[in-house]
Amino acid sequence: MRMRHVILTAMAGIAGFSAMVVLILFLGSSSQTGRSIGSAAIGGPFTLVDDTGTAVTESTLAGKPYAIYFGYTYCPEVCPTTLLDLSNWIKKLGPDADKLNYAFVTVDPERDTPQLMHSYLSSFDKRIRGFTGTSEEIAKIAREYRVYYKKIPTDDGSYVMDHSSIIYLMGPNGKFVTVIAYQEDDASALGKLRNLVALTPSS
Amino acid sequence: MRSLSKQLAFAAALIVAALPAFAQGTNPLITVEEPYARATPSGAQTGAVYMTLANKANAADRLTAAASNVAAKVQIHEMSVVNGVMQMRELANGLAVPADGSVTLKPGSYHVMLIGLKKPLTAGETFPLTLTFEKAGNISVTVTVRAMGATPDKNGGMGDMHDNQGGGMGHMEMK
Repeated sequence: MRMRHVILTAMAGIAGFSAMVVLILFLGSSSQTGRSIGSAAIGGPFTLVDDTGTAVTESTLAGKPYAIYFGYTYCPEVCPTTLLDLSNWIKKLGPDADKLNYAFVTVDPERDTPQLMHSYLSSFDKRIRGFTGTSEEIAKIAREYRVYYKKIPTDDGSYVMDHSSIIYLMGPNGKFVTVIAYQEDDASALGKLRNLVALTPSS
Repeated sequence: MRSLSKQLAFAAALIVAALPAFAQGTNPLITVEEPYARATPSGAQTGAVYMTLANKANAADRLTAAASNVAAKVQIHEMSVVNGVMQMRELANGLAVPADGSVTLKPGSYHVMLIGLKKPLTAGETFPLTLTFEKAGNISVTVTVRAMGATPDKNGGMGDMHDNQGGGMGHMEMK
């Protein structure tokens, strides 16, 4: 049993690592090649509403470097875990944490109203803002951030969402910097966030 | 006679004490070990329950359904993260429990999915869950709610006590 556990863990580790390598290669190549893709490959303009019902755009986040994550509140495990991780990292950043903006964008705008997102996010660091919008607005920002999501109907007439679970780290100008993968270790994620803080414009 | 029954009682107490503290249910076929859920964010409609199902019989069994009064619906799910994409699927045919073996429901893998939570799951609370097996029938267990992000306890049973300390931001370090 123990041996099998070790093997399974190792296999899971290898699979996870391969996925990250593929992702990093993909992100690296797409952000370095071609005029059509260029450094603006990830990110772009958007119009959404935040969890207090206020209209927000890309300029709401720009000015500071920011972390942006896509998920949904009906997500039982990955989204709360990621938001919990992010909350812990924010806490560890100390006063520097205020030099960044943080957004949680829903991929399930049908169910994720501003009110529900506001309630949901009250369980995490208060600096993480929730963004929702119409299906079209969400489709647009997801396209810009290269976020995959898909509604999967369930037998009971409801649905679950498949979705990318990656935190995107963006510069103060809205340009893509790097990503934090799902369940990336604390030291690595914190290092990336501290590097992001260093991009704060001096004013 | 009196001393014999005392001895029997003592022996029985020893046997009970020797049983793993985290095993639940008195079913002769399936033992449910350490059932726990993670605390859910405010307003969340879903939650997940994790546990280990040990099959003492020499025939395979299958978890086919589950029910609880804390949620409108309870389903058996498998989740996975493939190339950074999270996928979750209901296991329409349930979850196999191998003969003389076990299957573990844990984060990143199988879970009992609570849908339509009547209220958030709060760390430290418990709630009832009934599991239905093809051969073993119904088994009722008490699920303990641990901190958000809690993981299975590797020491068996009691080591998770610190997960339940306090609420709010105080428990956020737990993973």
